[in-house]
Amino acid sequence: MQAAEKLVFKTPDVIIDRPTHYCPGCQHGTAHRIVGEVIDELGLADKTIAVASIGCSVFLYNYLNVDAVEAPHGRAPAVATGVKRARPDRTVFTYQGDGDLASIGMAEIMHAANRGERITVIFVNNTVYGMTGGQMAPTTMIGQATTTCPGGRCAEREGLPIKMAEIIGMLGGVVFCERVAVNSVKNIARAKKAVRKAFECQEQGLGFSFVEFLATCPTNWKMSPVDANKRIAEELIPYFPLGNIVDRTGGGEDK
Amino acid sequence: MAPERVFIKGNEAIAQGALDAGCRCFFGYPITPQNDIPEFLSKALPEAGGEFVQAESEVAAANMLLGAAATGVRCMTSSSSPGMSLKQEAISYMAGSELPAVVVNMNRGGPGLGDIGPAQGDYYQSTRGGGHGDYRLLVLAPATCQEAYDLVIEAFALAFRYRNPVLILGDAILGQMKEPIARRESVTYDDASGGWHLDGNAGRDKRLIKSLFLDEGALAGQNRHLMAKYAAMRAETRWEAFQTEDAELVVCAYGSIGRIAKSTVRKLRARGLKVGLLRPITLYPFPDAPLLALAGQGKRFLTIEHNCGQMVDDVRLAIRTKADSDFFGVMPGELPNPDDLEGPILKSLEG
Repeated sequence: MQAAEKLVFKTPDVIIDRPTHYCPGCQHGTAHRIVGEVIDELGLADKTIAVASIGCSVFLYNYLNVDAVEAPHGRAPAVATGVKRARPDRTVFTYQGDGDLASIGMAEIMHAANRGERITVIFVNNTVYGMTGGQMAPTTMIGQATTTCPGGRCAEREGLPIKMAEIIGMLGGVVFCERVAVNSVKNIARAKKAVRKAFECQEQGLGFSFVEFLATCPTNWKMSPVDANKRIAEELIPYFPLGNIVDRTGGGEDK
Repeated sequence: MAPERVFIKGNEAIAQGALDAGCRCFFGYPITPQNDIPEFLSKALPEAGGEFVQAESEVAAANMLLGAAATGVRCMTSSSSPGMSLKQEAISYMAGSELPAVVVNMNRGGPGLGDIGPAQGDYYQSTRGGGHGDYRLLVLAPATCQEAYDLVIEAFALAFRYRNPVLILGDAILGQMKEPIARRESVTYDDASGGWHLDGNAGRDKRLIKSLFLDEGALAGQNRHLMAKYAAMRAETRWEAFQTEDAELVVCAYGSIGRIAKSTVRKLRARGLKVGLLRPITLYPFPDAPLLALAGQGKRFLTIEHNCGQMVDDVRLAIRTKADSDFFGVMPGELPNPDDLEGPILKSLEG
């Protein structure tokens, strides 16, 4: 007789069980799951309004069983501002990629953060425009080849990759800001802790919360999922250091 | 109780109308000549329990409007011509996502930075959608402060009836002119019974508000649905006909220019000349039917606009099987008075 099965890995209730459209090795799925686990654990599913952005992650709403609205490219923080001001009793978060947030949406993210909108922003930085086929993003690493910098990004021509978590951390309305990765079990646990704190920060009405995920895009990096994951540790983390940047959830000053 | 009468500017009448219509959220950005609207609401709306946000740009203001509209509350934004160009992105998304909201454009001179004086150069932008894709806004063009106040109140009801953005198209004359208006009693509305707005999925399936339709046939279906809705909006067509019955020449003009032309028509009538005025109040849907009926009676037409000729296209389309329309344009950058319109009207009347 077989031993009783032990459940070690349960899909969060708020995550919809359906085939993924993400490529093999893409870490959007992991980031979605972490957001879903936190929404479940904090009991927020039936009061959450998600604001989807433009790019691969526009389909966030296909995977999360919550109310959702689609924002134009880069405008998710403005749309979320409207949602939250109209319904301050609801949990409102945006989920945006680096092309969306760090390029076309720079004004909207900076001012939503500076106003201290009571929203949570999940920012997924994979150093490339994914859905449109791998063009250069503001976060593309020096030397990284993309379809619009085929010779590799050059600092003199295109500038340096932009460090959003550090920029956001400088703004007055930000109560919690952290950069995380999901390239190891240890980092996934830390990422979840940060996302949880970001949502708690909103639930307590403290202000703006921001979590930057470093994530893979094996398809546009032209790497295997394993090599893409290695690149996170070897290339991305040294330039985009992990860790907390702002935590005023205790009411105190910057850490 | 007799309605309260207040002496206010057209911009303030629009803001007061929004407040009395139960507007809960306003998202603004400074631009002349509409600044009285956000200034008025920055004080009055929070006092009434609503939210006022001065956005970082017109782009952001319009997208905040999109977000608030998705929750089913009454919300509004206002701007003037250059700012309206920036709002078109969100307006297209709102039309595609079928979100109700009121957008105000106090038209100034263009193109580009133009000037800060009145003009009607945004007629095409207003009536052809304005942004990308096939869509229409319901466009209301008040000519007086009272009409501005009344039409803003009506605009909210129309926005929710059709789940579509409604545009109030005024200009710097209307915005800066002061007149007495009769206020209505302020009402709190509950438009959230339609079963489409977002408020968290407690006790029901999740809802999704979007304009992306990738599945085979889905976008075609959405476009057909929108076209059917715009056809249904024809029921809202409004116009003012002034002394058109026995007129030999019908002047067609809207907004402030419609009001100025009315003065000229009145003056010429006093001299026994058979002229009348048809003033479209809805620019979309356009009053095709009354124009065609007048054309069927053998009347001649003169369209007068504060631009280089835009609405005249719609007048000609309306009457094309029976008649044509002359055109007289007041240049953006110039301010007409009733006497300036006398010559062009007499010229068309003489044929």
